Amino acid sequence: MLNSNLIFLLQNLVLKDFRIRYRNMSLGVAWSVANPLLMMGILTFVFTRILPNPSIHHFALFVLCALVPFNFYSLASSAGTVSLLENQSLIKRVKCPRAIFPIASVLSTSLHLLIQFALLIGLLLIFGHQVNRYWFWLPVILGTEVVFMCGVCLMTAPLDIYYRDVRYLVEASALIMFWLVPIFYSLKMIPSRYQLLYTLNPIAAVALTFRQILLDAKAPSAGLLFQLSVVPLVFLAIGLAVFRSLERELADYL
Amino acid sequence: MVTQRSNSEATVRWPTDADRQEQLDTLKPAPKVISFEGISKSYLRNAGRTLVRHRLKSWLTGAPAETFCALKDVTFEVLSGVSLAVVGANGAGKSTLLRLAAGLAAPDSGRVRVQGTIAALMELGAGFHPDLTGTENVLLNAALLGLTRKQTYEQFDSIVEFSGIKDFIDEPLRTYSSGMMLRLAFSVAVRANPDILLIDEILSVGDQQFQRKCIDEIKRLKSAGSTLVCASHATAMLRELCQQALWLEHGEVRMSGSTATVLDCYESDGRVL
Repeated sequence: MLNSNLIFLLQNLVLKDFRIRYRNMSLGVAWSVANPLLMMGILTFVFTRILPNPSIHHFALFVLCALVPFNFYSLASSAGTVSLLENQSLIKRVKCPRAIFPIASVLSTSLHLLIQFALLIGLLLIFGHQVNRYWFWLPVILGTEVVFMCGVCLMTAPLDIYYRDVRYLVEASALIMFWLVPIFYSLKMIPSRYQLLYTLNPIAAVALTFRQILLDAKAPSAGLLFQLSVVPLVFLAIGLAVFRSLERELADYL
Repeated sequence: MVTQRSNSEATVRWPTDADRQEQLDTLKPAPKVISFEGISKSYLRNAGRTLVRHRLKSWLTGAPAETFCALKDVTFEVLSGVSLAVVGANGAGKSTLLRLAAGLAAPDSGRVRVQGTIAALMELGAGFHPDLTGTENVLLNAALLGLTRKQTYEQFDSIVEFSGIKDFIDEPLRTYSSGMMLRLAFSVAVRANPDILLIDEILSVGDQQFQRKCIDEIKRLKSAGSTLVCASHATAMLRELCQQALWLEHGEVRMSGSTATVLDCYESDGRVL
């Protein structure tokens, strides 16, 4: 099914989303760097000056390791959910596999993920962290999050056409994620009976493996890697199934 | 009128490289048809009513959703290289018919069969994004129509040339007039060399000179074996371009046959009313 014109289309859609997002803004792509820096700054201020947590060293980098995957969740889920509606003029124009729209949308936000990830790596190197062999895991881990987000958006995008409320549920889910992903606290602080539940969330698992690899210079734990390889694929499969079953009537509701 | 019909059941599909290549290689493609067999299509009334409480209410009370029947039991077929004019009053079902032919919507009952690659010009601005420049929109559209990167770059200059808006090609689309949008949309569509070209009305926003260019270009495509389905109120143009005509009234076929006969009746019917 993946022939060269589909890839050309996907590439054009990704570029389109990326261009449109920042076209009319003076700071352009700098926004995608400014946002995590701002969040990192404010969280660092709150949790080192107001509610200090002595068990965490280098709080700024600790937070950023989790902010990068969290930001991607929040950007990709909101962009992916409205992708079909946003692209309705394209959908009405031509018959093509419509699943390509949410996927393109997630991929275009993953360009921001890469930019923010580069920021994280840059800061780590500036603060004296060394490159280690476990860094080879990083692209794989980033990949699993992209797959997970594709799965999520393949569900939410068509549902949003039928029930326009879905986007607000998705927005709310990002808020919930902010508190349920160990962004400004560590996994150790969570009661152990909740820990498995916590790490089943791929965003949390990505954040935790990032910390293991980047901050502790350790190999990512096998359990987390296993969950990261299974959960996103399950979501992708469910997403494709949901999309397929909702796709037929889609155009009538646009 | 039926001369030859393929038994294969290929529906509208994404063209593969092989399709495109075949299309480029063979000057005379095999007959490809559009066929509608007893097609009905209805839309939900109050299309905005996709609220949970409405669904819940109709589910609990068992009340059927109110529907509007846009097409009722429509049957026709078009052979490759034969062009079909679709006429009828506003709201007669012309656009619905084109949408079904383009595979953009699914019929409630009956079977739509379409063979070959399709380019559709349905709504002005459909397929364009207002914030992208003309160039970016051309690339995006070419990709949507199933061209590969190589084909797109080969065709790009001729697309811009044909549209006649070279000076504005790097301006964002929102600054374009409707005529300019039509020029760009039409140029991309014909340069994709589709087997089937579907046009819904929009040519009328072009100026005389561009309409002439469009008609000549459509004739060129037809002589290369493409099929045209055109819904329009410009009967003079339809007479020039189409051999067959279909007259829709309230979603039903009122008359079908040769363009001259159908359009004569259609026009005199309008005068009587």
